[in-house]
Amino acid sequence: MTIKTSPFFLILLAFVVPFITFAQHEEHAAEGETDLKTQIKQDIKHHLQDSHDYHLFSDGDMHVGFPLPVILWDGGLHVFMSSAFHHDDAGQVVVESNGVNYVKSHGKIYRANEVADEHGSFVTMDADHHPTNVKPLDFSITKNVFNIIAISIVLLLLVVKAANNYKKSLVPSGAAKFFEPIIIFVRDEIAIPNIGEKHYKRFMSYLLTVFFFIWMVNLFGLTPLGVNITNSISVTFALAMMTFVITQFSAKSEYWKHIFWMPGVPVPMKILLAPIELLGVFIKPFALLIRLYANITAGHVVLMSLIGLMFIFKSWIGSPLSFGLAVSLSLLELLVAALQAYIFTMLTALYFGSAVAEHDDHH
Amino acid sequence: MEIPAIVGAGLVVIGAGIGIGRIGGSAMEAIARQPEATNKIQTAMLIAAALIEGIGFAALFAV
Repeated sequence: MTIKTSPFFLILLAFVVPFITFAQHEEHAAEGETDLKTQIKQDIKHHLQDSHDYHLFSDGDMHVGFPLPVILWDGGLHVFMSSAFHHDDAGQVVVESNGVNYVKSHGKIYRANEVADEHGSFVTMDADHHPTNVKPLDFSITKNVFNIIAISIVLLLLVVKAANNYKKSLVPSGAAKFFEPIIIFVRDEIAIPNIGEKHYKRFMSYLLTVFFFIWMVNLFGLTPLGVNITNSISVTFALAMMTFVITQFSAKSEYWKHIFWMPGVPVPMKILLAPIELLGVFIKPFALLIRLYANITAGHVVLMSLIGLMFIFKSWIGSPLSFGLAVSLSLLELLVAALQAYIFTMLTALYFGSAVAEHDDHH
Repeated sequence: MEIPAIVGAGLVVIGAGIGIGRIGGSAMEAIARQPEATNKIQTAMLIAAALIEGIGFAALFAV
């Protein structure tokens, strides 16, 4: 084994390096009033939130990142760049746009008060530390929106390139070589067994979109770019809402009959089953939403807590242990990324199948 | 950080662990009986595990 090019040596080096570096955090702990654990909790919460500018990292006063436009609807349209807030998150910098003043506090934008209170902030807080100012409707391009658009464009380019490959011959090459087995897997293992031979073609485009989108977004969430799209409950809510809408609008009369007047059971049971089935119609997409959101968020929180553990154990043994744990957990997260995409797609196909089921399928 | 919340979270994790453990056990037995059906059994096991984990996480977040 030569030292220059062996991959074994590189992996060994990656595990030895944390032994000789450990976190230098003493100076930060001395100056702040909050202790280390609260600070780490606040940092994790801050990392999981959406933000109005794309902030990669900062080193003292130097911030690396770029601002994103803020679009508000407050009776009129207000558009300005988020750099006007000058990285302020405590409601102290006031931005004036078309005659109305706005401040940003904890990532949300409010209308500013006339005078500042004793801390210099223009936001009034109630007893639970929640601001009570008026919030305008916020349509800005935040970090999540920007990431969704960027990932969708990347995915679109890849898929169009793969589709163009089929013009030359039926044998795929290039990007199509990656997509074809997965698309056939989605069609043969997910769509056809659940929806049936007659109707599966209508839903294939939605199933493929959902599968690739969730998988790619979860994978990007594991990179250090700070992408957390499925981390936000609004995105998973939108996905579950689309599944719900498509299920209801493509449902045949057989589906509604099964909900309100289940065939094959005695009449008192039918009346009892109707409200339960109606609740089930809403709970099934809700479970989809919660499952995806909780799995991905929990994974990210545990990963960041493990890295924060390095700062709590300020010793030479703390770093490599936390690093090893974080690496193994990241490998598990890779599996979870693909598994959650598969489960979401499969349950969606199941709901579509029950919506378009014919009468003589299972009786 | 009240005690009832911590105890509740622990119970949820115990429930999810028992559920997934039982499914894993039955899947192992089934694979041992019929090794040629390994793929189907593995797929079904992963699906059931993800469903149970979904409920577990939902309860954990509610707590």
